Formats: sequence, structure tokens, C-alpha cells
Amino acid sequence: MNSLAAVGIGLTALVTIGLAAYSSRLARTTGDFYVASRSVPAWWNASAISGEYLSAASFLGVAGLIMAGGADAVWFPVGYAVGYVLLLALVAAPLRRSGAYTLPDFCEARLRSGTVRLIASALVVLIGWLYVLPQLQGAGLALNILLGAPTWVGGVLVSLTVLVVIVGGGMRSVTLVQGFQYWLKVVAIMVPVLFLLAAWQADASPSALTESVPTFREQTTMDVDTDISVSVTQPVVVVVDGEVDGGRVDGRVSWAVGEHDIAAGTTVTFAQGAAVPHVSSVRAQRGEEWGQALQGGEQHALYRTFALMFALFLGTMGLPHVLVRFYTNPDGRAARRTALVVIGLVGLFYLSPSFYGMLGRLYTPGLLMTGRTDAVVLLLPQALVGGGAGQWLTALVAAGAAAAFLATATGLTVTVAGVLSQDVVGRRVSNPIVSFRIAAAAAVLVPLALGLVAESLPLARAVSLAFAVAAATFSPLLLLGIWWPRLTDVGAAAGLILGGVTASSAIVVSTLLPDMTGWPAALLSQPAAWAMPLAMVTMVLVSLRTAHRISPGVERIMIRLHTPETVGVQRTWIARGRR
Amino acid sequence: MSKPESRPRREVITGPRRDVRRRPPRPVTDEIDGQTKVGQVYLRALIRTQLLLGLATVALVVVPLAAMPLLFGFWPAARELQVGPMPLWWLLLGILVYPAILAVGWWYVRAADRNEAQFTDLDEGR
Repeated sequence: MNSLAAVGIGLTALVTIGLAAYSSRLARTTGDFYVASRSVPAWWNASAISGEYLSAASFLGVAGLIMAGGADAVWFPVGYAVGYVLLLALVAAPLRRSGAYTLPDFCEARLRSGTVRLIASALVVLIGWLYVLPQLQGAGLALNILLGAPTWVGGVLVSLTVLVVIVGGGMRSVTLVQGFQYWLKVVAIMVPVLFLLAAWQADASPSALTESVPTFREQTTMDVDTDISVSVTQPVVVVVDGEVDGGRVDGRVSWAVGEHDIAAGTTVTFAQGAAVPHVSSVRAQRGEEWGQALQGGEQHALYRTFALMFALFLGTMGLPHVLVRFYTNPDGRAARRTALVVIGLVGLFYLSPSFYGMLGRLYTPGLLMTGRTDAVVLLLPQALVGGGAGQWLTALVAAGAAAAFLATATGLTVTVAGVLSQDVVGRRVSNPIVSFRIAAAAAVLVPLALGLVAESLPLARAVSLAFAVAAATFSPLLLLGIWWPRLTDVGAAAGLILGGVTASSAIVVSTLLPDMTGWPAALLSQPAAWAMPLAMVTMVLVSLRTAHRISPGVERIMIRLHTPETVGVQRTWIARGRR
Repeated sequence: MSKPESRPRREVITGPRRDVRRRPPRPVTDEIDGQTKVGQVYLRALIRTQLLLGLATVALVVVPLAAMPLLFGFWPAARELQVGPMPLWWLLLGILVYPAILAVGWWYVRAADRNEAQFTDLDEGR
């Protein structure tokens, strides 16, 4: 229990609610409510996009995956950032110029089809929920690790805060809040790195690239609070109080190489220098293996690497909560500038997590045994810096983590609620503000309920699943919709459905059957690399087959998407013909 | 002038209405006017230029990145390369990749603006 950390989390939540309440007084129209009247300066809009984008998966999960997985895990942060290059180069300006509020609006404007709109709405909700789920689990983990709260508490508190913020203010308040949250997150992840590196140097700079698996640097007692199975790679003598391998143990035992089951509630004490047993979901790697690419021993590692790149590079442009932000720019040029600033801001953030991952192997290696490597960012300051400074730094990272899951959960909930209120609730409730609030409640409660029953995956991996679905659906839709005039409504619908169904069922199957091996396991756990091309080819072929359905105003729409707003006169000129 | 009681009530517009029927397609003659040859040629050229620029930008970033796992996977000697205490892999993918993509993005934004400015000039020069 760390009371300063509690203060850090509490303050972040309070400032979030306070800023929302303050700025909600500025929101007057539905336009304000949804997209902040498009009057937000580019750098602040970029801060808000980055603030919304850098979720618990980035703040906690990336460092955790790097700690567990090593060199191959750097693709997660790289992919999360490079996605914006594709977004900038192929989507940002035309999408802004389309003038639609949301992705379903874009579908309707471009394809003149209510059906495609509805499919897109369903996908926005699906991706949104897939993405919120790990945020709530991240919150549960943080409050559990820092404050000892049961894991469901974090999700409930985040959901409540998000509801208060959204019901109070809408997008305008969200923009202000999320801009603030970006800067909080950057400070909270970068400042501790400086202290950590200084403490590491003072400790004679031990290398993480060692010839052995990670070892405990001092005598360490691990509290095991869920049933786990660990694999021991070097014989080790431990002091156990609790239940191991199905029998009650109280005292010294020696563990042979192999699998050992530890029951919840057991404490295990390791001597200084003992090799860390690894939980079955984390492969034990020697330090030098950890530091090198494609050494993780995963089957078809090269395919997995490329498929992950595919999902993250292309998925970013299909994330509905990110795209909705581009409508907040005054024009297409500003949308490009915003995307460029986002690349800088997101990249700045991702410089840090690798350091936590590397130092975590040295100073909090016990996480490899419990499997909760997602907690490394939260625990490392206390473990390495320690003392009063360690407490303050822990409070800082706790505040940053709170900002991360609050910002992303808020942004996603606004987006999902916007879609639900327009296409589901709005058909029954006439007052748009009331319908938005009802939709917001639904948007929060469903993932909260799912989170209570769903098995928890590593955060960054869970989020990459949402990316995979986005890559297999909205990414081909946007690419073709913007650059290929012959896309038809039927083609778009066929591709969206095929991509969405195949990608999400692959994810469901691979989550339900974690023991699969070989190619089926690789293909199903990283579906974007085949589902996205499948969806794209489907869209093209079906569109060519249904060429008579090309929407009649497509030339006009192409003009609108691709010409600068400043040539407004010429736009009508091209459209009408100048005589 | 309409009679006062038939004047439509003032209404608060709160969002795009979804329930109205779409306007019927414009008459064919209008569509033909809408696609003057010159305007269309300019537009096609602009779209193609911007698409090529966008694809070039993506290639500039994605091709070197995709080459990394191939290089390190099939040429194990690359794994030994170090810059100071840092293995090359971590230096490139942990740090240098971020300023690099920012630079490529900056180059793209300038080039895209320039393409649009040329299009505008062409239009006005007519």
C-alpha cells in the first residue's frame, strides 16, 4: 500500500473531472459536444490525439512486453508510432475534407449507403469495446499492485470517472482533458527514467544482456496471489509457506528443473542469486537471447513479426476514436500538421518504455515468475531508486498510468457512444443530448461487464487485437474509399463483413484455444496479415462486379476529398464547369 | 407573404438529420457539365501525384523496417553489431526510428502542400 500513489491516482482523476466540468460550460451546441466545433489549435489537438492514443497498453503494457519478450517486442511501440505515418500520408487530409463527423458518416457520404453505414457502426462498437477492455484491466492491475485493491475495483472506478466526464462535457471537455493527459503521461514516464538510470549507474551498471536467466539480486519473498505454474530452469532451494505441487509445505524445499504448481496464497522466498522461475506464459530467456531479435523461440517468429507490423501499421488508421479527432481540425492542411505533430509526440513517449523493460529484468525479476510484467513501470521506481524519492516517483508513474487508462477509455467511450446514440438509441429517443448520455452509459457498462468475466491477456497484446480488427476492416475501406473512385457500396460491405468476421473469429479461437501450435496458432493469433489483404481484394473484386452501383456523385466527392479548401471557388468551377 | 400563423416555428438545429430523404440524382446534363475535361484532368493528376507521394512516404518508412527482421534473421552476424554498449537493433528500433519517421513525415507534409499549391496555381492561371 503506497499512500502517495493513491494521491497520484486520485489527483489525476480529480483534475480530469475538474477540467471537464470547467470546459463543459463552453460547450453550447451539438457540434461542440461531438467535435469541439473544430476550433482547437493543431498542437493542442495533436496533444489530445496522443493523450487519447497512449493507453494503458502503451504506458504499462509495452514495458511489460519488452521485459518478458525482449528484442521482438520493440515492434509494439514502433508499430504504434509508425501507424501514424500511414495515417498521415494516405488518410489524414482527405478524411478531414470529407467533412464527416465519424467513420460511419464517412461511409455514408462516400458510398451513399445506409447499410454500409450500419456495418461500420457495428465495427466501431466492436473495436471500441475490444480496446476499452484492456484499459479497465490495466486499471484493475494498477490499483491492485499499488493499493492492494481487488482487481475489479479499478475498472469500476475508471468507468464511473469516464461517465462523469462525458455526461458532463462531451468532446470539447474531452479535448482539453486529453491534451493535459498527454503531457502528464510523458512527464510521468520520462522523468523516472532519468532517476532509474542514475540509480542503475550508481549500482555499477549491471548488464541485462547476461549469459544466464534473470536472477534475484537479493533475498526476495514472493507472494503468489493466483494459482500459477512456473518452470524452473536451474535447480533452486526455496523457503515455502503454502501449497506447492498439490501438497502443503512449510519450510525449505529444493525444486528440480521442470514445472511446479504454486497455489494462491503461498509465499516463496528465494536466496540472493537464485535463478527466477518463469510463469508458463513467459518463456525463460538468457539475457543475451532476450536482447536479440527472433530468438524468442516462438514458432514462425518471422511471420508473427510481419503480421504484427501489418496489424499495427494499418490498424492505426482504422481506429475510430483516433479518426474522429481529425474532424476537429479546421481543414485538410491542418489535419496533416496535426498528424505530423502526433508522430513527434507519440515517438517522444515511446523512447522510455524499453528502459523500464531492460531494468525490470535486473531489479524486479520476480514479475517474470508471477507473469504480471505489465506492472514493471509501477514497481521499478520503488525497487531501484527506493526511499522517499522512490515513493514520489511511484506516485508520478501511478498518476501517469491513471491518465493513460482514463484518457483512452474516455475517448473510446465518446466514440462508441456517438455511434450508438446516432444509430441505435437516437432512433427511439428524440433529444440528442439525452440519447448521447444513455448511449454513453451502455458504452461503458458492456466492456465493464465483459472485463469481469474475460481472461486477462498482456495489455499490449490485447490492444493489438483491436488493431488487427481495425486493420482488416476500416483500413482497406479508407484506402479504397479515398483513392479509388470505383469502390461500390456492395464491395465495401462485403469486404468489411469478411474482414471483420474472419479477424475477430480468429482472435476468439486463438484466445479460447491457447494450446494450439504451429501455423494454425501463428495465423490465428496474428490474423491481420491475411485478413486485411483478403478484405481488400474482396472489396476490389466485388466492386468491379457491381460497377453499376458506383455512386453517381463520386467525381464530386473525389474533388472534395482531394482539393484544398482554399480553392473553394475552383471546386464549384470544376464541379459545374466554368463557361 | 405568408400568413403569420403558417410561418414555420423556430427550431434548434442540433445535428445532421438522418431521417430526410436524399435529394434525387441531378439531371444528366448537369452531371456532364460537372465533369469538364480540363477540370477532370487537373483533378486526376492531383490525385495521382498525392497518391504516389503518399505511397513513397509509406515505402520510405516501411521498407527499411521490414528489412530489419530479414537482415537480423538471415544474417546472424548483424546481431553482434554494437554501437558503444548498445546493440544495433536496440539503437535503431528503440531510439533512432522515432526521429526518422518524424523527418519523413515532415518531408511528406511539405511535399503534399506543394502539390496542392501547384494545383491551385494551375487553376488560377487558367
